[in-house]
Parts: sequence; C-alpha cells; structure tokens
Amino acid sequence: MKKLSVKSVVAIGIGAALFFVLGKVAIPSPVPNTNISLQYAVEAVFATLFGPIAGVLIGFIGHTLIDATSYGPWWSWIIASAFVGLVIGLATMKLNVEDGIDSKKLIHFNVAQIIAHVLAWGLVAPVLDILIYAEPIEKLFAQGLMAAVANIITTGVVGTLLLLGYAKTVVKKGSLEKED
Amino acid sequence: MARVAVLNYIKRPSPVHELTGTTKLIFFIAWSVVSMVTFDTRVLLGMLLIGAVIFKVSQIRIRDISVVLGLAAVFLLLNNLFIYLFTPEYGVEVYESRKLLFSIVGRYTVTAQQLFYHLNITLKVICVVPIALLFIACTDPSEFASSLARIGVSYRAGYAVSLALRYIPDVQREYRNISQAQQARGIDLSGKDKLLTRLKNSVAILLPLIMSSINRIETVSNAMELRGFGKEKKRTWYMQRKLQRNDWLALGFALAILIIGLTVTFWNGSRYYNPFL
Amino acid sequence: MGQPIISFKDYGFQYRAQASPTLYHINLDIYPGEKVLIAGASGSGKSTVGSCMNGLIPYAYPGESTGELLVGGKDPKKESIFTLSQIVGTVLQDTDGQFIGLTVGEDIAFALENDCIPQDEMKLTVEETAKLVDIDHHLEYAPHELSGGQKQRVSLAGVMVEQVQALLFDEPLANLDPAAGRVTIELIDEVQKRTGATVIIIEHRLEDVLWRSVDRIVLMDEGRIVADMPTKAFLADTMLLEHGIREPLYLTALRYAGVPITEELEPQHVDSLRLLEEHRGQVRAWYQDNEGLGRAKEQRREILSVENLSFGYTTEVQNLKNVSFSIREGEMVSIVGKNGAGKSTLAKLICGFEKPTSGRIYLDGRDLSDDTIKERAQRIGYVMQNPNQMISKPMIWDEVEMALLSGGMSAEERKERVEETLKICGLYPFRKWPVSALSFGQKKRVTIAGILVQQPNIIILDEPTAGQDYHHYTEIMEFLKSLNEQGFTIIMITHDMHLMLEYTPRAIVFCEGELLADTTAAHVLNDPALVQRASLKETSLYTLSMACSIDNPQAFTERFIAYEEAHRNRQEG
Repeated sequence: MKKLSVKSVVAIGIGAALFFVLGKVAIPSPVPNTNISLQYAVEAVFATLFGPIAGVLIGFIGHTLIDATSYGPWWSWIIASAFVGLVIGLATMKLNVEDGIDSKKLIHFNVAQIIAHVLAWGLVAPVLDILIYAEPIEKLFAQGLMAAVANIITTGVVGTLLLLGYAKTVVKKGSLEKED
Repeated sequence: MARVAVLNYIKRPSPVHELTGTTKLIFFIAWSVVSMVTFDTRVLLGMLLIGAVIFKVSQIRIRDISVVLGLAAVFLLLNNLFIYLFTPEYGVEVYESRKLLFSIVGRYTVTAQQLFYHLNITLKVICVVPIALLFIACTDPSEFASSLARIGVSYRAGYAVSLALRYIPDVQREYRNISQAQQARGIDLSGKDKLLTRLKNSVAILLPLIMSSINRIETVSNAMELRGFGKEKKRTWYMQRKLQRNDWLALGFALAILIIGLTVTFWNGSRYYNPFL
Repeated sequence: MGQPIISFKDYGFQYRAQASPTLYHINLDIYPGEKVLIAGASGSGKSTVGSCMNGLIPYAYPGESTGELLVGGKDPKKESIFTLSQIVGTVLQDTDGQFIGLTVGEDIAFALENDCIPQDEMKLTVEETAKLVDIDHHLEYAPHELSGGQKQRVSLAGVMVEQVQALLFDEPLANLDPAAGRVTIELIDEVQKRTGATVIIIEHRLEDVLWRSVDRIVLMDEGRIVADMPTKAFLADTMLLEHGIREPLYLTALRYAGVPITEELEPQHVDSLRLLEEHRGQVRAWYQDNEGLGRAKEQRREILSVENLSFGYTTEVQNLKNVSFSIREGEMVSIVGKNGAGKSTLAKLICGFEKPTSGRIYLDGRDLSDDTIKERAQRIGYVMQNPNQMISKPMIWDEVEMALLSGGMSAEERKERVEETLKICGLYPFRKWPVSALSFGQKKRVTIAGILVQQPNIIILDEPTAGQDYHHYTEIMEFLKSLNEQGFTIIMITHDMHLMLEYTPRAIVFCEGELLADTTAAHVLNDPALVQRASLKETSLYTLSMACSIDNPQAFTERFIAYEEAHRNRQEG
C-alpha cells in the first residue's frame, strides 16, 4: 500500500469524527434508514477532496464507531459505508475541486455518488448480509433500495451544496487574502 | 462545557481490563468471525453463555450499558419484524421442512421453522453484543492505535483511529455550537419542514463545520509533522503494554473458540443446525 | 556570541498561491540563548517568518524563496522538516490542534514515539519534562479536562522532549484568559532560564509579553523588518502605533502626561520604571487637570433581567449558580472571568439554547421561559466568536438574508430589510461580493449583520476581538460602539481587559459559576482581591498610579480611558 501522507492521516481521523458525530449525535432516530444520514454527504465531500483511501477509511472507522457505541458492529453495512467512500474517491480523483468548480464537475460528482450508493446498498450490503446473516433476499434488497435512494438524495443535495460552498470559499482565498 | 465521553470506557479493576488492548482486539475479531459464520444454535448458545460469564468477570454492570442494550433491543425487534413482514415463511426454505403452528392472515403464517430462524438470527446478534460492549467498555481508547499496529495494521491508519477518538468531542461541541447559533437564525433540522428544505438547511450548519474541520486538518497535520510523525517506518507507543500470561491464555481461548465453533458448525456440511430433519 | 542559530540574509518568500511576496529582504540573526519577540500586525509576515524557521516552509507551504536562510547552520531547503523540527521546537497558537494524544502523557510522548524511543526511556523523559512545566500530576487527563493554560504546558512539554535548541511560540497568548496568559509568560521565562534554550515569541500583545524581560524586539510590517533593537531602545521609540501595535498602557499614560520615554527610564516593566520626582509630578498634574473626565450615562429602563438563574450540563456540576443581574437599555456591558466560569453558559441560557434548572429570564418584564430559540432571536441576537463558524453562504447578501427566509416575509420586504442592515453595518457597497473576499473584521461585520437583520434590541457577542491585532480590534470595537450609539444594547463576553476598560463602562465578573461582582470596569481592575479571584489581570495603570502616589487609582484609570477616547475622536474628527 502506498504510504499515507500525514495530511491524509489527519483527514481520515477528523473525517471519521465528523462521520460519527453526524451519524450519531446530530439527528437521532430510532428507526434505521428513515433518518437523514448526513454523514454520507460529508464522506462524499471528503472522498472527493482527499481521495479514495481517505474515503474508505472514513466510512469504515466512522461507521464502526457508530455501531460499536450503539448495538455492536453490523459488518456488512460498515463495509458498504467504506465502499461508498472508495468508489466516490476513485471516480473523482481527477476532479481537482480546489481549482474551482463548474456544472460539469458537479454532474461528474453526482454520477459518481449515485453509482457508489447503488452499488453499496443495492449490491455490497445485501450480498454480505446474505453471506453473513442469511437474511431473506427480499427484505435485504428492499432495505438496500431504501437506503440507496435516501443516501443518493442526501448526498446529491447536501454534498453538492457543500462542494459548491467549499469551492467558493476556499479557492479564492489564496489569490485575494494576505496570509496570517 | 458539556463533557461527552466518546466511547464509554469504564475504568475498573478486573481481569478483563488487565488484558492488553491487542488481546481484546484479537479476541473480539475471532468472536465476531465465529458469530458471523455460524448459524448453529448450539454454538450460538454456547457463545452466549461464555459471553455472560466474561461479562460477569469484567465488573461492568448492566446499568452501565443499559442505554446501549436498549438500542440493541430496538434494533433486533425491528430487524425481526422486517424479516417477518417480507418473508413470513423464510424459515421453511432454510430448514427445508414446514410445521405450521397457526395462521394470522393471508400469507402471514407462523411456522416452527420461522420461529427457529428468528431465534437464531437474534442469537447471532445477541452473542456479539456483550463482547462488543466489553471491548469498548474495558479497553482504554489510548491502547487502540497501538493494538491495531501490533496486529499488522499500518501505524498511520491506526493513528487515524486515535485521532478520530481524540477529536470526536471537539467536533461534537462545535456541531452543537454552530447548530444553536443557526437555530437562532431560523435553521431547524428537526422541524416539520419538507425533506428538501431540511436538507438545504443542514448545509447552513455543515458548511461552517466542514470549513473549520478543513482548517483543523491543516493545523493538526502541521503539528504532527513538526513533531516528527511519519519519520520512521515504525514507531513505539507510550501506552502499549507487554503481553502477560493471562493475555496468552485469552488468546489461546480465542483460538479454541474459533476452531471449536467452526468445527461444530460445519460438522454436518452446513452452517445451519437443523433439528427438523 | 558565536554562530547564530537562525540567520536570514536578504531573504524573501512568496507563497505559491499568492500574487505577491509575503517577505522582503529579511535580515535577522538570532543567537543561542537569546529571547526575541517578533511583533507585528496581522498580515505583517511575522507568522511566515516563524514558518521559515521550523520548516513548515517549504514542506507544508510551498513557494519561492530568495536570499539565504540557515537554521542551526543548515539550509532548510536541503533538510527534511524532521531535522529542522529537532532544532526549532514550535508551540502553535491553537493548543487544541497541537494536542494530538488522547491524554497528556501520550501527547508529551508523541515526538518520542515517532523517534522509536523504547518505552521505558520514553516514560522517564515524559515524567521529567512534565515536571519541568509542572503538569506531571495530570498525565492521565484528557484534553477536555484541562484549561487553556494547562494545554499550553502540554504543548510546551511535547516539543521540549526532543531537546530542541530553540523554542518558537506562535501567538501563545491568543486563546488564554489574562491570568493564564501571565502564567504562560512566566513559564516561558523559567524554562528558558533553566534550559538555556533560545526563545522566539511571535505575538502582537506587547505589554503582556513584556511581563517578563525580552532581550530584543523585532517589529515587522508589510513583510519587512522595520525595527530590530533591544527592548529598552525599542520602547523609547514611538513608532509602534504606526505599525498596528499597541504600546504598553503605562507608557501611553506617561506620554500623555508629557514624560519623555527614554532608555534611562527603564521602560521595559511598569514595576521597575525609574521615575524621577519630576515625572511623578507631571503624572499627578495630568491627573488633576483631567478631573472632569469620566463617564456618566443617564440611567435608562431595565430591558433584560436575570433572576436566580442556575444551570448544570450534568447533575453533578453546577455551571451557573443562582445568578441575578439586570441590563438597562442602551448599555454596553462586559462579562468577564476565566474559561469555564460560566460566561458562555449564561449567554446560551439567555438565547434559549439551553434550559435553566431554575430561575427566570425577563425581557421587558416578560418571562421568556416559554419562548423558543427563534422567538428569542427576534429580540436578542447572538454572535459567535469566530465568524467562520457562522458564515454558511458564499455571498454576503444571502448570508445576511438567511434569517429572514423562514419568517414568511415577501421578497420586497426582505430586500428592504437587508439593504437597511447592510447600510447600518457599512457593508452596502459590498452587497454583491462573495464573503471570501473580505478581511476578518469585515467578516465579523457580516455575521453581525446576519443577526441585526432580525432587528434585535440586544446583541450578545462572544469574544468579539479574540486574536485580533490592534488595528482590527479598533475597527471591530468602533463599529460596535457605533451600533451602541444607535441604541442597541450590547453585551460582550471577553478576556480582553483593554476592551472592558475602554469600551464598556460596566463589567459583570464571573468565577466558577457565581456572579462575583457587578460594577464599573475601572473598579474591577483596581481591586486586587477581585482581580485575583476572577483570574483577571490588573492594568499597568494601577501600578503606575501607585508609583506616582495617586490616591485614587480607579479615577486615574477612568480619566486615562476618557482622555484616550477624546484623543481618538479628535484624531478622527
């Protein structure tokens, strides 16, 4: 494995902390998959900014911590969360949001996130659930579909707005402001 | 400031606490593997029993973890409910036999096989819960990173876990402060607004949070770089402890569970224990 | 003196992302064992000079350099950041960012872990170093259990374990309460005396740093060194204000009184001033001449009152204990006290972010208990410390308009209200700008505008000037003063004793959740017992007035402030 840069290590740590806080503290809901999972929007943004390895580990560590403090780890979904970060990170590697953003890049980001969520919740999670928990396929795919749709909407709206906001706030900084 | 404990590490003198983080991590992984693979009721019941004994030894009281247990119960209930709603006769498929007990309405029948299936899937979750909780409650978070490094995870990735634990309280506090200030400007996520409005509103909280997190990443990585993080291929750990006799015993025990659990499970060529045939 | 440990020769630097250089023609030698203060306003390049010394430039911040720089005799461009960090140890401004470990012990050990030092040896070094900075009884504490001052000790220990030759402090006072800041300066001094290390302090709060002697002061402005001289000579020079740095108050007072500031006066410390009888006479004469000065405002009606308020985040700890006070319309009030004294908690209770365990809050005589956050926000606005924590829209107009969107106003009404608010805040010309194009002070205005747009009567600000140099401080505070003159009631939570003295006639002092005093700002700082209990710091004006045998130090302080205000207004008018 390529050596992680110090910045990536920190981005993973803080990204996972954000994932955890948003997933757990922010909008509590007793019913799984019916709440707004803001953490996936943030994971998508971080994967876009810091790359696939950061994406994978943010999802993996963040989700594991959430599960470990609620009802014990549900590995299939943890792996699916990590997978989302991986796919978005890989698909947006050449996007260079730091250099500015336009509608083409936003479409690219959204195509990536839709593919990532469809694969993760429609394929990875249910298949692992079948292997590990031998749960009925019908239930799993229904659940997966619900999760995919909810997360695609959340990431699509929130993630897109965050990227836009990020690009508009950060990019101009270097050229306009003095350092201190 | 409100103090938020991230993971509920509860410091008490007990043999479980004394084990090194590495031992507990390996034990936990072995335990998870067996519980994921097996669907054998005998193995699951055996694990449940062992789990209960370890729990007793650990000095952790039910009261300490009642919230978590409550969440686990809700989760289990809902999961079982969903399975039944979607596939009321799934057990019949799994156990290749059908013993109808009674019918509720339409396709919703109650069979012995279905009940047995529900029992097993519940056991599968239940037998992991005490060990997962113990792992969290009895392991000093400071030992996580070094434990991961000792089982072969790169120390860089291991340190990321440590950083996550370190900064969760800070991020939590910041989230709280930002969201309170934005509530005063009419941003409310829990409200009755439409989904799309709530999503857009959440950006008013998330954008400042993310910008400040990105600043924090810069500061922290500078601080780490200035103090030599990543200089060598390895690193030593202030909080690492040497494996003691009990650690080796516990590791041996973990191995035994792994072997026995898997052997019993697959003795008859299937992961299911089927009393109906 | 031998070889300098740090040597800049005609050095210039330009960040890769920037259009023009940040440093020009820097010539600076720092010798082993020296204690040097690098002062300068924000954007003067002082932090960049620091980054050149510890290797963050060029490793973390790439750019183009010209001229020559040697750190410990080595060229940073040819060494790794690790080599440099073993020569110059850095204590960053943000103590939370520098505190990486989960506990104090781990954090101090961090550099040793990276050096693969065996654990036994590591534990010994950590223990010894922790003792040196007096944090050895807290090795198992987590960062959120420590005060700002304690975290800074940990940061210091964390760089000292490496046996560095020089210690670099980047704005060490920025996040501390006054008493903790003073202790930090004492600690730096002690550590230097004990280890003989070179010390470099980057800071714009001159008077606070000078609490302990500094050998030399380097003043920067616009990327250039404009002065580099021994402390004594430096203070005798009057160029400080031109470069956005505030001179120590006692020197300003002496100047007002017509006492010439010379090296013979020993101007470095207020306690060791060599005042001649003639000088004392001049100060006394000035004091008597300005007798009429002082502020007396007419008493207006009560607008906000708090009765027997108590609150705790957990049942065990009471963060606020039975607090009562009231605020009159049009007042400008400071709330002071050390970190964790309950100041922010009070603000949160008033705004409805948290619910009190007992007690009531009245606005215009009406009980607020049943009002929601949003309802209270129509009357009481809350501005967070860091504008970046509030700004959530890229464009200024959208940011200011945000609070109106959920109120069911028509687009027409909103436009009118936003325009009006922008005019009040002096932002109207920028209405179509992106927020990112603004300076820190202007961003602060935007966040205040975002609150004012709801037309509250009362504004609560958390640390409105934290980390700002004198120029930005004045800009923000004059703006708040103008709002106050337009009738807004302003309540500020602050650590800044100057701010309290200069801008708020009244101060409410908190200590461990209790209201300790509610009196005039000048009185607070002239009451040594109160100052000590609340972790504040008396002003040097108090010490000066005692040295000049002035019977009423409080009146002296009040007259000084009034004189200065009149002076400032005269300059502007």
